Amino acid sequence: MAETIILEVTRYSPERDQKPALERFEVPLRPEWVILDALNYIKDKVDGSLTFRWSCRMGVCGSCGMMVNGEPKLTCATFLHKYEGSAVRVEPLRYFPVVRDLVTELSDFMRKLKRAKPWLIRRTEKPLAEGEYLQTPEQLDAYKQFSMCINCTLCYAACPVYGLDAEFIGPAALALAQRYNLDSRDQGAEERMLALAHPDGVWGCTFVGECTSVCPKHVDPAGAIQQYKLKAAMHWFKSLLKPGG
Amino acid sequence: MENHPANPLPHYTEYHPRWYRQRVSTYWWLGRWPYLRFILRELSSLAVAYFVALTLAQIYALSQSPQMYAELQEWLRQPAAVALNVVVFLFAVFHTVTWFAAAPKAMAVRMRGKRVPEWAVAAPNYAAWLVASAAVTWFLLRG
Repeated sequence: MAETIILEVTRYSPERDQKPALERFEVPLRPEWVILDALNYIKDKVDGSLTFRWSCRMGVCGSCGMMVNGEPKLTCATFLHKYEGSAVRVEPLRYFPVVRDLVTELSDFMRKLKRAKPWLIRRTEKPLAEGEYLQTPEQLDAYKQFSMCINCTLCYAACPVYGLDAEFIGPAALALAQRYNLDSRDQGAEERMLALAHPDGVWGCTFVGECTSVCPKHVDPAGAIQQYKLKAAMHWFKSLLKPGG
Repeated sequence: MENHPANPLPHYTEYHPRWYRQRVSTYWWLGRWPYLRFILRELSSLAVAYFVALTLAQIYALSQSPQMYAELQEWLRQPAAVALNVVVFLFAVFHTVTWFAAAPKAMAVRMRGKRVPEWAVAAPNYAAWLVASAAVTWFLLRG
């Protein structure tokens, strides 16, 4: 194994630069290091001004998503030695505005996430004395996969529709909406339908499928969206057969 | 909002930081195979439309006169037409395979509380394809 590896890292200072540029850093190539370790090495030893987000270092918080050689990756879960033999390019997540270096601006995602209403909606609440809302393992299994989303937004960086259509709600928000639609405790499917069965919602998706390929938690947003398309089409068809019903 | 490259000293914006927004290239789909495959999959719809139009043209010619049908068949035997049909056929096969691969994603079939595996949802499509192809082959070769 070589002793060092070159990292080409996006640098962008909003106060000085017209546009981002790549800066090369030589870092130790250690078998146990992930890309995030290399970035922290640069920040600690080479250039303290390098700016990036990270927190848990264990693929749970979803903070450290970046483009690694053009692919959206969690940098805490991407080993450096995988790229041995060539330079590794580390860039901010595609399609999001860049605030500084590798830090993207996520308020667009947060706004869209809210539109999908990813929380339990109840028309009626039963009294506390009646206890919890129980679920069978089968009922849990119906939505569990979609509940694994950590909001890392890698799926947005993989989705050309999101890049080309600023109004598209996007994969993670749609998958999370479906997560609650499929929850036996939820009664908000009708409420969510306004945002979901919409040209900016599931009908905006052209099923490229890369959101599913890059998801580090195997959520399958593309599957969630296609399944919702079927549901929305059936709902529309039923409304034709039974207007007002 | 304007940048000031002539002034190297940091200065502050009135309202929010100057975010850099990169425009999406027109050729975004050329960079990676999954994106190119997606575009080819979308384009392959044209292959299906072509075969539908060709079949309708054949039926129309047949309804007009045996001579018109023979002329159309003669035109289809030209090397250029054969080459075109081979390419279009490959695209139609690609369309079919990708469509069948997409079907299980859209249909989350559940039996006895568990999701039916994707291959089991795709298999009936392939079986129907096989049966239809066998029927057409029998019809053409029955002498």
